[in-house]
Amino acid sequence: MASAAKKLLMDPFSDNNPITIQVLGICSALAVTVKVDTAIVMTLALTAVVSLSNFVISLMRNVIPSGIRMIVEMAVIATLVIIADQLLRAFLFDISKQLSVFVGLIITNCIVMGRAEAFALQNPPKDSFLDGLGNGLGYGIVLIAVASIREILGFGKWLGFQLPLGDNFMGNGLVLLAPGAFIILGLLIWGQRTLTKYVED
Amino acid sequence: MREDTRTITFAAVVCVTCSLLLSGTAAGLKSRQEANEAFDVKRNIVKAFGIDISAMDRPGIEETYEIHVSEDLAGNLPIFTWTEDGADKASKYAFPISGKGLWSMLYGYLSLEADLETIAGISFYKHGETPGLGAEIEKPWFQTQFTGKKLYDDAGNAVDFLVVKPGTKLTPTSVDGISGATLTGKGVQALLQKEAAAYADYFKSIRGN
Repeated sequence: MASAAKKLLMDPFSDNNPITIQVLGICSALAVTVKVDTAIVMTLALTAVVSLSNFVISLMRNVIPSGIRMIVEMAVIATLVIIADQLLRAFLFDISKQLSVFVGLIITNCIVMGRAEAFALQNPPKDSFLDGLGNGLGYGIVLIAVASIREILGFGKWLGFQLPLGDNFMGNGLVLLAPGAFIILGLLIWGQRTLTKYVED
Repeated sequence: MREDTRTITFAAVVCVTCSLLLSGTAAGLKSRQEANEAFDVKRNIVKAFGIDISAMDRPGIEETYEIHVSEDLAGNLPIFTWTEDGADKASKYAFPISGKGLWSMLYGYLSLEADLETIAGISFYKHGETPGLGAEIEKPWFQTQFTGKKLYDDAGNAVDFLVVKPGTKLTPTSVDGISGATLTGKGVQALLQKEAAAYADYFKSIRGN
């Protein structure tokens, strides 16, 4: 893979991670990370939406009238999100029940709109698609990390499989609540920024 | 002026395209989604009748429902009856239960044995309670406690069914609540008492038949 394309795809995993560096998409990162399976489905839904919306918006970037630029982006994103939600309801009913409103709330996820505004409007479709893919998966990797910690400490399970922790294992109720997710996310951001030596200006 | 026309045309094209895509998706997937929802209801009714569905697949549950369950009306309230193979009379009765938990409405089904006093099973299928705390109402350990408890007394009157603090001595009309989710437990208690009272007249009327 060409190095420019690789950079587009890989940057959001660490150096420019949407959650740990840009601190976007925190709301859903708290809400859908109680279990790993919901985090994975949310990752797939968001990745599909952000890469396709980047692609479509990039295709239109030279013809969008500047006065209605954002509302057109919104329409594209909302359409994709509703389609994703409908598909989940039809094919992954049980998980869509658990994700409930949070699939719909991808519309308001700052990552999607942010990538459209910051990248897709200035770059060709292929690059925009890769950027979307990278950012969706970069978001997902943090989501899955948080969900793994919460599911292991809270239930003694991972992806629904019982871990051999012994009969004396007591699930920790705090990590299952939103404050627990906040603490875990904070620790992850700390660790990540120490590793990448990222300093906020 | 030309710029305005272009803007309006562009907006119109985007709107029409999006709405066509959306209506296409909605129409194409509707039957599948409705089937999922209908199946979810059936699965929870079968579960409320005290049947272990954890090892059953979807066709198995559908088939069980078709064979054993029939729908009826208790006055103007819905009621579901369970008939064993070859039996000509219903042996269990189930009805929908709903009420307020801590954060959300709780929806489920509850079934009674043929004596019209003893709970045969309970299920909750829709709620928005805290995962790990209030959401424990959907877990087997919470639901299996209800089996064998009394919802009505010998005369067919609704008892004051209680969800108590874990560790309290249990009676035939109380179950353990959930640590850290006292208010969800109170909600379950209130909705059971409310629904039991609503169906009391119907069950009295079919007693001894």
